[in-house]
Amino acid sequence: MIRLAPAIAVIFLTAPVLFGLIGVILPAFGWLPVLGGNSLTLDPWRQLAAQPGVGMSVVISLLAGLVTTVTALGVVMLFLAGAGNGRVYRWVRRAVSPLLSVPHAAAAFGIAFLIAPSGLIARALSPWATGWDRPADLLIVHDTLGLSMMLGLVVKEIPFLLLMSLAALPQIDPARRVAVARSLGYRPVTAWLKAVAPSLYPLIRLPVYAVIAFSSSVVDVSLILGPTNPPTLAVSIIRWFHDPQLEMRFLASAGAVLQLGVTGLAMGLWWGAERLVGFCARRWIERGARAFCDSLLRFLGITLICLAVILAAAGIVALVINSFAGFWRFPDALPQAFTLRQWSRAGSGVLHALGITFTVGFLATAISVVLVMASLENEVRRARPSGQAAMRILYLPLIVPQIAFLFGIVTGAEAVGFRPGLALVVAGHVIFVLPYVYLSLSESYRQLDPRWVMVARTLGAGPNGAFWRVRLPMLLAPCLTAVAIGLAVSVGQYLPTQLMGAGRVPTVTTEAVALAAGGSRRIIGVWALVQALVPAVGFALALMLPRLLYRNRRDLRDEAL
Amino acid sequence: MSHHLTLQNIEIRKAGQLLLAADTRIGPGEVFTVMGPSGVGKSTLLAMVAGFIDPVFATKGSVLMDGRDITDLPIEQRHVGLLFQDPLLFPHLSVAGNLRFGLPASVRDRKARVQMALQDIGLGGFDDRDPATLSGGERSRIALMRLLLSEPHAVLLDEPFSKLDAGLRSEMRDLVFGRLKAAGLPAILVTHDAADAEAAGGEVLNLGVGSA
Repeated sequence: MIRLAPAIAVIFLTAPVLFGLIGVILPAFGWLPVLGGNSLTLDPWRQLAAQPGVGMSVVISLLAGLVTTVTALGVVMLFLAGAGNGRVYRWVRRAVSPLLSVPHAAAAFGIAFLIAPSGLIARALSPWATGWDRPADLLIVHDTLGLSMMLGLVVKEIPFLLLMSLAALPQIDPARRVAVARSLGYRPVTAWLKAVAPSLYPLIRLPVYAVIAFSSSVVDVSLILGPTNPPTLAVSIIRWFHDPQLEMRFLASAGAVLQLGVTGLAMGLWWGAERLVGFCARRWIERGARAFCDSLLRFLGITLICLAVILAAAGIVALVINSFAGFWRFPDALPQAFTLRQWSRAGSGVLHALGITFTVGFLATAISVVLVMASLENEVRRARPSGQAAMRILYLPLIVPQIAFLFGIVTGAEAVGFRPGLALVVAGHVIFVLPYVYLSLSESYRQLDPRWVMVARTLGAGPNGAFWRVRLPMLLAPCLTAVAIGLAVSVGQYLPTQLMGAGRVPTVTTEAVALAAGGSRRIIGVWALVQALVPAVGFALALMLPRLLYRNRRDLRDEAL
Repeated sequence: MSHHLTLQNIEIRKAGQLLLAADTRIGPGEVFTVMGPSGVGKSTLLAMVAGFIDPVFATKGSVLMDGRDITDLPIEQRHVGLLFQDPLLFPHLSVAGNLRFGLPASVRDRKARVQMALQDIGLGGFDDRDPATLSGGERSRIALMRLLLSEPHAVLLDEPFSKLDAGLRSEMRDLVFGRLKAAGLPAILVTHDAADAEAAGGEVLNLGVGSA
């Protein structure tokens, strides 16, 4: 049974992507027998080309993918180069995991509540600095170029890339490299950029491509902060897919294939830029200049990352204030009164959605954790480490845009008579939860000294006994962390929930995002805050349980998270 | 209740090169010592006898316990106990929990057996202690007692004294070899310390740098 686990995990990661891609490519060329498409044709593409604003949608999606990735990666690199090991470094390091656990939608709502013309920032500056006594008529949120959407994405992708970098850095011993370079006369930031960055980048390359894929095709953040006329390509595709006229599915499929091309183009451009930057960087490194705007870069790195952290945190505060706000006149920084009215109004809906959110989250996480642990256990028992190929498979669902294959799955599942619903939603979540659970658990699993299991075996425990009685209890803290991460990833999923559940499986995320178009800001505050709190509950439990269970076991008590 | 362990025409090779060859019979209470600097593959013999040798090593010959071939048995059915240079007390179990882990499931009156064992090594009343709070010497003694409680038929010692400081080292040597002799257990000791081999007092296989 356990020998099958890696194969099942691989099927979970690859089959839906391949199946889903076929499920959009065929209809994109007119083939969808259930809707009467029995011949191959280019009509969907002609229809797509005739859609107003489709060119602009493509440009914005492409830009969002590239600008977000350049900015987030740049900020992370400058921060790591400039922060050394000081107070800011430790402060940001502690903030990064909680920030990563905030779902994209909640973070995007928080930012919207800050930067909107009637948001907290405008209120704090009015009327004394701006002269506004009512909200200015400015298109900040939903701006045509998607700048606020990119801001929201950057704020969320910084913690992701930072965490990936922090996980990779110990392999390349940055402290010694910087020390060697500094002893040769290089200034600290230049030393890091020349001696550490070139080795770090290859280790975080797959996460970087995942960021490109995500930000060029995101739906929920785009609905909350992105342009509306025209919207991003991904949002247009969703509109066409949900159109009551079922023939629009052909158009939506052609759009999804176009999205695949746009994301592919963004990655191709990035790949070319990698070559160019690599070439220039090699010459720059070998030229031997000892300093390169050292103080400016350090200042930028620290300031920008602090700005991102503060923006995200202030966004959560904005959600809290809005969710409890009573009457609130414009330039006032705070409401005149606080009230529980919107909480009691949204209460029963929130509870119902929370129940579904936790059900889906726990089922998807449980399936993922069992598959990942069985695969890892199989790997250590047979002393056969998984190679680079496994990592590529793991990243497959993160590098192919969700929208390009998810509704292909729905179309395909419907074609074979499988109705969208809770089961399909759970399966859809596993596709995206599994990679993160694996990334989180594999390192601690492999690092556990193999002699522990040998000792247990020589004392008479069988392979399964050694797993349940020694390996699992010793890895309790990392396992609970993996569960919390899995839950956080599941809670954040908008598109899989919406598509695989055909809108009939309401989670806190789908309900919150549904309010983006014209919902009351106070009600949104309630939903988005609840959405942000669910992962926090998981992480709090993951932190507390080992301390409670192992309160008398010093070696296991303090290693959590 | 005495046992003997036979290494029959054993050869361990890596990439075709011979690392180690042994052919001997270890009687009750006897210690067979494998000496040599680190990196010559002397621990591979222990891995082969215990049953977790890495498949990159090609092995020949058989291991007989009391005349019965155990070469292909799973680790837990060989009744071969193991002491590493670290005591490796399970950090999630109490001292008594660690000792109970060693006791075979068929043993009755487990609590009393554990208490007796602790008194036996001068650690009476340590039952509920967290292993992390013990001194190095206390941990080593508990690891030895956990091994003996598991009723092994032979014992493998992988540099078990190399991490102890000098005073403790000779004390632990006396304790370990004394207990093994008293229990009539054959043992294989792997070490790079000539004093260990001398204290063990049995046959010595020397793996020089030349033979590696």
